[in-house]
This record gives sequence, structure tokens and C-alpha cells, in this order.
Amino acid sequence: MRALVRIVSWFYAVAIYGFIFLPVVVLVLFSLQATSFPIPPFTGPSLRWYNAVLADTRLTSALINSLLVAALSSAAAVTLGFLSAWGFARFALPGSALLRGLITLPLTVSYLIIGMGLLVLFNWAGIPKSLLAAGIGHVVINLPLCFAIIYSQMGDHQINIERAARDLGAPEWKVLLLITVPVMAPAIFAGFFLSMTFSWDEFVISFLLTRFDTTLPVEIWNLLRSGLNPKTNAVGSLVFAVSIVLVVFFELMLLRRKPT
Amino acid sequence: MTAPLVDVRAVSHRFGPHTVLRNVSLQIEPGSYTILLGPSGSGKTTLLSILGGFVTPSQGKVLIRGEDCTAVPPAKRPTTTVFQDYALFPHMSVGSNVGFGLRMQGVDAATRTARARDALALVGLATAFDKKPHQLSGGQRQRVALARALVVEPAVLLLDEPLGALDLKLRRQMQDELKAIQKRVGTAFIHVTHDQEEAMALADHCVVMNDGCIEDEGPPERVYARPATRFSATFMGESTLISGTVTAAKHGTITVATQVGPLSLPGTMPAGASVALAVRPEHLVLGATGGAVRLGTAKVSDVVFQGSFKRVLAVSEKDPALHFIARVPAATVVQPGDISAVSCEAGDVILLAS
Repeated sequence: MRALVRIVSWFYAVAIYGFIFLPVVVLVLFSLQATSFPIPPFTGPSLRWYNAVLADTRLTSALINSLLVAALSSAAAVTLGFLSAWGFARFALPGSALLRGLITLPLTVSYLIIGMGLLVLFNWAGIPKSLLAAGIGHVVINLPLCFAIIYSQMGDHQINIERAARDLGAPEWKVLLLITVPVMAPAIFAGFFLSMTFSWDEFVISFLLTRFDTTLPVEIWNLLRSGLNPKTNAVGSLVFAVSIVLVVFFELMLLRRKPT
Repeated sequence: MTAPLVDVRAVSHRFGPHTVLRNVSLQIEPGSYTILLGPSGSGKTTLLSILGGFVTPSQGKVLIRGEDCTAVPPAKRPTTTVFQDYALFPHMSVGSNVGFGLRMQGVDAATRTARARDALALVGLATAFDKKPHQLSGGQRQRVALARALVVEPAVLLLDEPLGALDLKLRRQMQDELKAIQKRVGTAFIHVTHDQEEAMALADHCVVMNDGCIEDEGPPERVYARPATRFSATFMGESTLISGTVTAAKHGTITVATQVGPLSLPGTMPAGASVALAVRPEHLVLGATGGAVRLGTAKVSDVVFQGSFKRVLAVSEKDPALHFIARVPAATVVQPGDISAVSCEAGDVILLAS
């Protein structure tokens, strides 16, 4: 009986993980296809399509655009998120709970709505569609996330640490730079890497807000319009690999327990 | 007469609807070790925060070295604080922690290192310079916090329950060291605690606080032997309290009517005044042969053996609301249920207005 339970639970676990990861496995497997169609039978392994991706300047420049947008928008989101978290944690503000709710609200709004809203706003303000516009969109979606992560890690213990620094003569900006930021570094980096992950494979906002220079997910979508091709698998696998790296950094930062 | 180092003038403070300090005035002499003693909620920590600049009082003034510091921020006033949780910077080495205040003053790195090493040597942690705070024990962190606050040579060092997080043995040891360090550096220390033993051991000047007011202040010996108020008599050490009314007063002797009968004592209270009589446990005598002031008989309710003595609790037979607390030699044969006469010497009775 116990053995049966064990077999069933194993089967269940395998089924779950299979359900989640089989599409990715298929994607990666057929990116190594040697022939021109990403369908069985598997004819590889071959790096032919990866070479094709790296030779395609539209794809490589989109990849660089994506990395730039992800890094810069995440840096902006984490800076703003940190400052607002610090403000909420350290000062008694009128309507603090309501304002905190408002700042995290974009987490619940769909990217499509945010993208459309920004499109209308930028149109009205005369800001052209560009990578900058998409980057601002990514700040909008990632700031609440960075805020929530950093705010949750700001404990009362750090209040006295900041007080001690002030007591020893540190002006406020030095307290922030020399004490609060280093003490909060794990949460700040966690927020940064998670923002990068989300910005890196974000499609809807980038699609709505960019025109000529665009990000990798939008470029992949362009590529898909001409039909399935192992090249799309190869570029998809590259996107996946970068995401994995970012998520691993995020986990390392958040799970690293600092001894106190 | 020189001006006091710290002069707290009629300070009151409210947190919202709660008044935590009521018209507190206090003067601190240079080089003194002052203890603010009181139960939680007595306002002692708020007073310390006001001295440190973390709280601006609702009313009143704080002068340090004759300058009005009432609204001066912590960074700009000549005080430093040792926090209860030490508040060491976890990402910096012990040496950088201690050198932080000097770094903020713009002292160059070499001087900083030398002075930080000296300060660590002062607290007996010369070898910990390159360690991180998390590698140290609680007592060692406490010393680092002390060195960090002392290295900038403050006019006043403020200590917020500095020994609260340590175990009893370490607490007594650190207590002796604190006193020794204070004598060596000569800085005025103001130390908040609720531990009356700590207060008696450390203070030159003991300030007993309750409910936002200073109940009593003075040398600990005086505060213990002749407490000014009923609260002070029970908080700074234990006392048996007997309430009564003065019925006659002449030639420096008064007669007080109490639950245990009329008592004749030296004193100058007017007839009709209600008073409280406090007797320290070591002054109460159990047994037929005793002092001149007879306090009736009592039934022993509890005996606690405490090593060098026994602590005896007894209930008066005349008034069950009156509880005697006595301290008798460890060899005394006494057990719960015993009935014994209780007495003391007239000179040992502390007369308090109530």
C-alpha cells in the first residue's frame, strides 16, 4: 500500500514537471535540429541555427536592445522602489497604507492595459515610440515589484542601525549610501534581477511602444509570422537561458541568509 | 559652582494623547555616572532619546555644555548612544564600525585606524579589529558598541539598557567593566535600566522615575536608605509598607495610628497627616526579642532560600492586607505556618508622606 502511494506520488510529480517543462525541452531540442523544420524526427544535434541567429543583425541588435532596456529600466525601478520603500518604512505618512496599496496596484493591472495607457499618454505628450518609451513602461511594471520585495525586508532592527549612524554624525545621504543600501543589498539585488527577468521577456508593452528599434521578444514575434523554423527555436532557447541565469541570481540574492 | 554639563529644564513630552514625561528637570555633572531607573513606561527611555536628539520634547529645554540643544539633531550634538540591540553595522568590520564616527568627522584613515584600535583596546577587544560583528558574542558586541560611541569623545555617553540582552553572570561582569571604563575616560555616562541592582552598583547619581516624573534622585546609598517617596521605597529595593495617620506630634516625636496599633517614631509630621512607614527587609526582626517598634504578630506564608539569606514573607494577623518582607540569616529555622512577633528599630523606619 505504502509502495503504491509512493509510485503514485512519483508519477504525479513527473507528470507535473513534464507538463511545465516539456514545451521548453521540445523547444531546446529542436533548436539543435540539422534540417529546416523543427518537427520530428530529430536530425541533430547541430549548432547551425544558432550560427544563423548570431549572423542575423536584426536579431543580435534586438538582443542588445533587450539587454539595455532590461538593465536600465531595472536600475531605475530598483532605485525608485528602494527610495519609496525606505520612505514608507521610516516615516509616518498620512494614509500610508492606502499609498502603499496604490504603489503596488500596477502588479494587478494587465500589461496590455498599462501598455495601452502609456501609448495614449505618450501620444498626447508627444513622446515618440522608442526603446525609451518601452523602458519607461518596464519601470512602471517593475517598480511595484521592487518596492514590495525591498519593503518586506526592511525590518525595525535597521532603524537603530541608521540611528546609530546619524548619532555618529552621518548626514542623511551618507546614512542611505553607507548604511541602508549595503544592509539592504540582498533585497536590492533580488529586486534588480527579478525586474531584469520580467523586462527581458516582456512582449506586450514593448510591442506597443517601440517602432524601428525593438526588443528581442518583439523581433521573435516578427520572425514567427513567417512560419516555424529552427532559428526561432534557437533564439527562444537563448532567451530562456538568459532568463534562467537571471532567476538564479535572484534566488541566490533572496535566499542568501545573512548571519546577524 | 560650575554650570552643569547637561541641564534638562522642565521637559514634558507627549506621544499623541499619552503624556510620557511631565515637567522633568534634571542636572548632570561632568564625569558622573547617572542611572535613570524605573519600570517600563516610566519615561526613562524617552528622556534618554530626548538627550540623544532622537526625540524633540513637546515642551522644555535641553542644554548641553550651556548650549541649547533641544532641537539639534543627533549628528550635531555632543552625545553618542549605545543602543540596547547594539546597532552595529553588520556589513562593516569591527574596526570600521568603531572608526565610523571619525570617518564622518573627516579624520584621515591612518589616524582613524589608530584611534579605533585604542578604543577597542580600552574595552578589551584589541584583537577583534578585523572581525565582522556576527563573529562576536553578545558581550563582545556590547563592547564594540561602547568603543564606537566613545571613540568620538562625546561630552555625554547615553546607554539604553546596555546590559539588558546579556545573561546574569555576564551582566554583572560588564557592569564592573562599565564602571571601570567610565572612571578611566572620565566621560559623563547616562544609563537607563530597570534593574535596581545595576543602578546601585553603577550610579554616582541615581534618578528614580515613575509615570513620567522623577520620584527621587541622589546618591544610591541615600536613595536606598532614605527614599523620598513610596514608589522609590518599593522600586529601589523592597520594603514593607504600613500606612497610618499621625495622631500626635511633639518634641521631634510623632505617634502614628496604624493597622498594627499606635507606633512612636522620631519625626516632624503634623498631626492629622497620612503617612506611609517603610521598613527594609534587613531591618525587620522576627521573634520575641526584637526592636523597640512592635509591629504585632504575623503568620509566615513563604520562605525562599537565597543562598546567603532567607527571604521571608509573612501576613499580619491583625490586618491580612499587610504583608511583611523580611530578610533573615540563612541559618534561621523558619517555615511557612510559623507565627512570629515582628519588630524593628525606630531609626530604621522610613517615614513617607502618602
